[in-house]
Order: sequence, then structure tokens, then C-alpha cells
Amino acid sequence: MTTKHITRKATRHISQNEGLIFEKSSPGKAAWKLPPLDVPDVDTATLLGRQERKDLGDMPEVSEIEIIRHFTRLSTWNYAIDLGMYPLGSCTMKYNPRVNEFVSRIEGLANGHPYQAEKISQGALRIMKTLSDCLLEITGMDAITLQPAAGAHGELTGMLMVRAYHESTGNARKKILIPDSAHGTNPATAATVGYAVENLKSNGRGMVDVAALAAQMNEDVAALMVTNPNTLGVFEQEIHKIAELMHAKGGLLYMDGANMNALVAKARPGDFGVDVMHLNLHKTFSTPHGGGGPGSGPVAVKKNLAPFLPAPVVTTKADGTLGFEYNRPQSVGRVRAFYGNFGMFIRALAYIFANGPDGLRQTTEDAVLNANYIRKGLEGVYDLPYSTPSMHEVVFSDKLQSKKGVKTMDIAKRLIDYGFHPYTTAFPLIVAGALMIEPTESEPKEELDLFIEAMKSIAEEVEEDPQFVLDAPHNTRISRLDETAAARKPVLRWKPENV
Amino acid sequence: MSYPSDRRYTKEHEWITADGTIGITDHAQDSLGDIVFVELPKVGTEIATAKPFGTVESVKAVSDLFAPVSGTVTSVNEDLATAPETVNKDAHGAWMVKIKVKDPSELNALLSAADYEKFVSEEAAH
Repeated sequence: MTTKHITRKATRHISQNEGLIFEKSSPGKAAWKLPPLDVPDVDTATLLGRQERKDLGDMPEVSEIEIIRHFTRLSTWNYAIDLGMYPLGSCTMKYNPRVNEFVSRIEGLANGHPYQAEKISQGALRIMKTLSDCLLEITGMDAITLQPAAGAHGELTGMLMVRAYHESTGNARKKILIPDSAHGTNPATAATVGYAVENLKSNGRGMVDVAALAAQMNEDVAALMVTNPNTLGVFEQEIHKIAELMHAKGGLLYMDGANMNALVAKARPGDFGVDVMHLNLHKTFSTPHGGGGPGSGPVAVKKNLAPFLPAPVVTTKADGTLGFEYNRPQSVGRVRAFYGNFGMFIRALAYIFANGPDGLRQTTEDAVLNANYIRKGLEGVYDLPYSTPSMHEVVFSDKLQSKKGVKTMDIAKRLIDYGFHPYTTAFPLIVAGALMIEPTESEPKEELDLFIEAMKSIAEEVEEDPQFVLDAPHNTRISRLDETAAARKPVLRWKPENV
Repeated sequence: MSYPSDRRYTKEHEWITADGTIGITDHAQDSLGDIVFVELPKVGTEIATAKPFGTVESVKAVSDLFAPVSGTVTSVNEDLATAPETVNKDAHGAWMVKIKVKDPSELNALLSAADYEKFVSEEAAH
């Protein structure tokens, strides 16, 4: 292993090169053989007319072993939570428990269809209703939609409801206040919904400056979008005052629930004044994150916003059965085909039931404990720009290492050599050269110790031989990629060489 | 880094000369990292003080360009479309737009080179 220091986590291993499956293709090879036709032949040309395809187009023709090797080799290039820690700050890359997968594959659930009649969908509806009730209990909100496909979609849905609410009072208002520590999706969402975005500066402790908010708040402001804990991993301790300030001038408080992993079963946004918020089932509630997920971003609201929820909503009918209610005249409309990413509802509910209230509380405490264990372990080695207590994630900066010309991205690349996925680099933007680390509760102390050891080792390498870190990664299949050239002159399409 | 004294600076890290040539500062290009795309307004566009008039995209982030003063765009540096790296190489030479300044007295409210340098060092000290 090319390293100045010994690492206990990763070792050198062979990683085989592999081209595209199209490059392996040669005519006549096949990995299948069909049995003889034992039903009457049909004339596809007559049945399909112009829709009939005469051939499959350019499909790769390969043998079975080639297919197996192709995908097995590709799989060895992956890094996954199943291999080690995935400390991407603000992403809550926690373990996806196997029981979630087991439950979601139960035949009646896996084969359910969104077009099947309500009376034979009572089980699926019960899952949606129970998950909704659990999420409302966890958030302290009054009503919820499970439709949005992921976090930013949830934000859009929530902000459409904010707009609909204000419009119903006769004044849509003009702008949205957003702290400078916010996720980039927040201003994008506000602008998409047609609001002007006004920046709110953080104070020296990394929190919303309440005095500045009081000065900026007026009757043109539709809402404040706040993340709590914010992207510095800091709990907005004056959130109740912030809510009062907003409400006093008729504004609403939107909470980005991306960091809900620090709050579940400890504090409820509904209790500290939040009017509308989204959750990320693929973060907080252990459904798959990354690799296409799919995500799921339920939006919970207080009573005054409930009429605007997307239709349909799950409702209990007079006869006690469950059904969908479509007649919602003030609804912002449907935001997703059918009812949302239902497979994720099953997994999230499995997670909630497997943990129970005490288990969820323990999860939250462990997530915060793990982040603080890393903070303590790396304090002094990396600069800590805000000394305010950390919740579920900790943000360092590359201030000490940049004196040697090494920046957060270089340290992240070197971390790959040590067998870890990089942390989040260069975000939040209010910290120059940020290293944003979120271990989640999934990590045992031993993995955290390996991570701390790796980060300390890299800091020493920066002092001894900064160029070595600048050239990292050294042990990967391919070394440092030219991201700038890729962005400036992107090659977006593969073409066969001999065509 | 020394900042040329033949121009004025903004707290949003743009520079502007007396004849209305606008670019971003060396500090700005350094913080952004490798710039991969610069989006600029068309000739004839009215730009307004402190309002965005374009964007700079780096491998790290997309940032708005803020107008130092109000005016009308008279010329756009088309070379940046194919060679955005020029901004990284020579931020104080790679201009973005030239404008006809609406009210030249607005320029006086902007930072001098020395004041800007002080502002940047205070920001870094945070």
C-alpha cells in the first residue's frame, strides 16, 4: 500500500480493468437458449403493425460467464456502506437494515399494483396510514403527504403549499428568507415557486442571527426556510423565538428535515413552531440512499396548511376501511404519479417498528455521540471554525492544511486510499474549505477509531510531504481525475471505435 | 496578493474600472477554484447595482455575479465561453462585461484596493 503510514483499514488488492459490455460483444454469442415453442405462434406483424420491431438494435452479444464477470468486476469498483463508513455530511448515509429488504419483498406487497381496487389494497393503505401516523408523532405535526419522491421534491411541495396558503388569504407575498448555511436546494426551491430569495447571515456561533431576522422580517416575507440542526451540525437554540418572529408578521416557518437524524424522539419540530417540513426517508429512516434510491420525501404540515396537501390523501372512511380522498378543492394538486415511492414506505415503517420509540431515541443519541467522538478525536488536528456544540455532524476546515497548499478536496481524495468514502467537501459554503463529517449511529467505535486514525495520519502526511497528498489517491484503480477538464469539455456519449 | 489600484472593488468580490469594465477578483477566483463556465448577459442588457447579472460556475459551486453599479452592457468577453480558465490565470485581466455606467458617482461608494484587501483579510480571519 502506498502510504507513509500504516493503516489498519485498507490493503492493496487486485482490481481488474473492465470495458463496456458493448465492447465485449461479438455476433452469435449468447447466454440464453429458449425451449421449443409450445403455444400457437402469433403473427406479430399483424398484431403490432408499425410498432413491430424487426431486430433488437445494438444489443451486446456475450456469453454467460462474460456477463457474470462484467458485473462482478464492476461491483468491485464500488464503495458501499456494507464495506465501511460513508461519512458524507448532511447525507445521513446510515446502514439500510436487511429486515427492511425482507419485509418489502413479502409477496403481497411486492406484487401489489397501484391500480388494484381499494378494497383489496387495505394492507398497503394500512402501511401508508400507519407510517403517516408514526411520522406525525415523531414530528409533532398535524397532517402529511407521502407523495414527494425525495427531499428537494418535498421542499417544492411544501413551498407550493406555503404559496397556496398565502394566496388563500389574498396575498401570496414576495420573498423567502434563507440562512447562509442552508442547503443549496432551499433557495432553488423558493425561486422555482416564484419567490425572491433573501439571504440571512449567521451569527458568530453559526446560528440564525435573531436580531438580523427581526430586522429583515416584514409582511412581504412568505416564509423562512431553516434547517435544524443546520448544516454546521448546530441546533438552532432560539428556534422558538424565530418561529414567534415569523408568526407575528404572518409568515410561516419551513423546516428542511434533512438533519432530522439528530432530533427523532428527542425534539419535535411541531412543538418548536414549525409550520411545514419535509422528511427524507432515505436519510433518517434507513431507506436506500444513493444509487438511485429511490428517495422519499414526505411533507408534514400544521392544521392551517392541511387543506393544501397534494391529493389524494389516505383517509378512514365511514365504514372503517381506508381509502383515498381526491376531493380536496384547495389542494396544490398531485405531485407524483400514484401515491409516492411505496416500497420506501414499507422499509421506513419496518425501521420505525424494529426500533420502537426507545430504539429511535437511542439511535438519535448514538448519532450525536458518534459525531462528537470524531470531533473530540480530531480537534486540534483540523481547524474547528465554530465551537458551538455539535449534533449529528461536525464541520472542520482545511485552514491548517491549506498553509501547505493542501485543501479539503485533496484530503478527501487521500482518505479514499485509507479505505473510506470521502466526507462532504467544501460545504457548507459559510466555512471556507469545509470538511463536513456525519458518521451516523451505524458506526461502531472501532470504525470511528480507524477513521480518526486515518484523518490524523493524513494530517501528518500533509506536514511531511504535501505533494504526496496533492497527488492522491494512489491506491485506486485510476488516480486523480481531471474534474475541471471533464466539466469544461465533457464527453457525454460513448461511440464504438470502428463506426 | 496585490490588487490593482486603477479600479474599485465590491464586497461581493467584483472589480470595476472607471470606464465600466467589470471582472471578478483574484481572491474570488481562488475561492471558487477551477472555473468551468461563465454565463454573461447580452449586449444591451440593463444591469442594476447589487443585483445578479450572470453566473460563474466552478467545480465546487455556482455563484452569482453582482453588478457593482447600474448600467447598460456594451460589450461581453466572448472568449470566456471557450476559455473560462483565463479567469483563474489572470482574474484582474480577464474582464467579463463592459458597461456604460449610469451614474459615475456610484463608483465612489465602492472599495479602494487597500480597503478591499483589508476586507478580504478580515473575512479570512473569521
